[in-house]
Amino acid sequence: MSERTRGYALFGAVALLLLVVAPLALPAFRLDELAKYLCFAIAALGIGLAWGQGGMLTLGQGVFFGLGGYAMGMYLKLHDAGGDLPDFMVWSGVEHLPALWGPFRNPVVAIAAVVVVPVAVAVLLGVLVFRQRVRGAYFALLTQALAAAFVILLVGQQGLTGGTNGLTNFYDVFGRDPEAESTQRTMYFVTAGVLGVLYLLARQLVKSRFGRLLVAVRDGEDRVRFLGYNPATVKTITFAVSAGMAGLAGALFVPVVGIISPSLLGVVPSLELVVAVAVGGRYALAGAILGAVAMNYAKTSLSEQWADGWLYLQGALFILVMTLAPKGAIGLYHQLRDAVARRRGPSVQVTVKEEVPA
Amino acid sequence: MEGLLNQLPIGLSIAAVLLLIALGLTFTFGQMGVINMAHGEFIMAGAYTAYMLQDWAGAQATAVALPVAFALAGGMGWVLERTAIRHFYGRPLDTLLLTWGVSLVLQQAARDIFGAPNVQVVAPSWLNGRIEVGGTVLPYNRLFILALAIVCVVGIWAYMNRSAQGRRMRAVMQNRELAACSGVATARVDQLTFFIGSGLAGVAGVALTLIGPVGPSLGTYYIVDAFLVVVAGGLGQLRGAVIAAVALGMLNSFAEFWTNASLAKVIVFGAIIAFLQVRPQGMFVLRSRALT
Repeated sequence: MSERTRGYALFGAVALLLLVVAPLALPAFRLDELAKYLCFAIAALGIGLAWGQGGMLTLGQGVFFGLGGYAMGMYLKLHDAGGDLPDFMVWSGVEHLPALWGPFRNPVVAIAAVVVVPVAVAVLLGVLVFRQRVRGAYFALLTQALAAAFVILLVGQQGLTGGTNGLTNFYDVFGRDPEAESTQRTMYFVTAGVLGVLYLLARQLVKSRFGRLLVAVRDGEDRVRFLGYNPATVKTITFAVSAGMAGLAGALFVPVVGIISPSLLGVVPSLELVVAVAVGGRYALAGAILGAVAMNYAKTSLSEQWADGWLYLQGALFILVMTLAPKGAIGLYHQLRDAVARRRGPSVQVTVKEEVPA
Repeated sequence: MEGLLNQLPIGLSIAAVLLLIALGLTFTFGQMGVINMAHGEFIMAGAYTAYMLQDWAGAQATAVALPVAFALAGGMGWVLERTAIRHFYGRPLDTLLLTWGVSLVLQQAARDIFGAPNVQVVAPSWLNGRIEVGGTVLPYNRLFILALAIVCVVGIWAYMNRSAQGRRMRAVMQNRELAACSGVATARVDQLTFFIGSGLAGVAGVALTLIGPVGPSLGTYYIVDAFLVVVAGGLGQLRGAVIAAVALGMLNSFAEFWTNASLAKVIVFGAIIAFLQVRPQGMFVLRSRALT
């Protein structure tokens, strides 16, 4: 079997597992959990694209996740309130609907905003930062600061954003009861479908000429510039795509889990996503998805039994992966496969270069 | 206007703490390309040192803790460098993730040892007063932090410019290979830099006990801002770190006064991005012909 048919066969098998086996085998509660992991996987896919392929370590993915989530949450809140003031605004003494909320009465505007707003923010930041050749660690630290500032802003604007509690208590998701099993099932299928489509799109992007350029930028930005390309454009586009994915993920997260709040978006949750990508394997898009699902599953099941231990374990896992297997689970798999192949006979080896220091 | 002037000592003391934290970060970042997220936990270690010494030294714990915290946090940094970070040179983004794992473990350890709730360190009585200069109230504890930072900066400046060890450190920062060829034991310089940088974080931690409670997540509050100081100041630049820390601390406290705490963070972030448009590599740059 060629590499390509094997790839499609694997994709088909995973799709079958997610779309047929899981809904039949899992109880409703667990299926809902899985839908949550898949939301994180969509955001992780974006990180895999930006970091693994483009070498841009983005530590502020929570910002884009949050922008998408809040756009969706604002629509649902207004819908529940019948276009009037949402409940939390009444509690915090707001008398008129803030102008910022107005457009989100319209579902089309809200759904468009889920992608458009994160992409716009990413393009703005990307243009400002990449054009000035701010890169590597500097870029990582800036996105981290953005995540910190974003959360403080959300918490501070109590009347506008619901403060620490965020947006929650949705009673109606596009005409359906969010607590009903059938709605949760539908949301699961929608999430899995979005993830599948985005994965195929991202894969296409990576395999295209643009994707090669992106990898070239990661491995030697100056060389790409000397060849007459503009690395800033390549990076900005990729960063924006990655942000759009995170926005979509956030928007799906709101009806699936029923809440969007600052504690889901700050420095730590954003870093956790990056960790998941690193554990799964940053140089493969599938690694990002695998890592996000596995890490979040581990987090849920471990913190159910041993709440304090999870942080020790996560930290230890992190240290081990970075030290022993910087290419993550997928990288380990490739190493094993190559080792087996070498024993059978000589073959061509492809190695991925480490990212260039700042 | 009075309220505005009273922001001055607050801004300056925050700047002083940021500076103490950023000094260690900028040297290890500039010299070794290491982004040490566990630096925040060294701050925490310094703060808890003062807390633990309270039983023994009472209200004088702050003073006693300064050298102890320096040695303890420095030691922790040295161990971290020896066991993990030295395998990661040339991979700055990986050090960020690695040390974040370390920081998670240390935070949880602090939670298990000292408990999750915040604890309080009693400030020595001689720091409880305040003086008024032309309508501005200057609390002693804020002045003490400022003085502490000045002493540390002068010490570091003297160390870097007047001692043989410091010259070696600057040489490694400018060109590691050339320094190694000239007989500088770069690994030893790295260890020492890490020790001093982490030690300063411990000192900053003791200073922080004077202006707020101590908790397991103390370090995370300051580490992001401290890295912004590093980004704005330029790698491994003492004067860059000083100017950037003062500018950021003051901007933050005045923006908080004019608007509110949440908008202040956004204003500071915007200012940094704007500043990077003019000077993408920070205020002062070590000239290099290397291609990245």
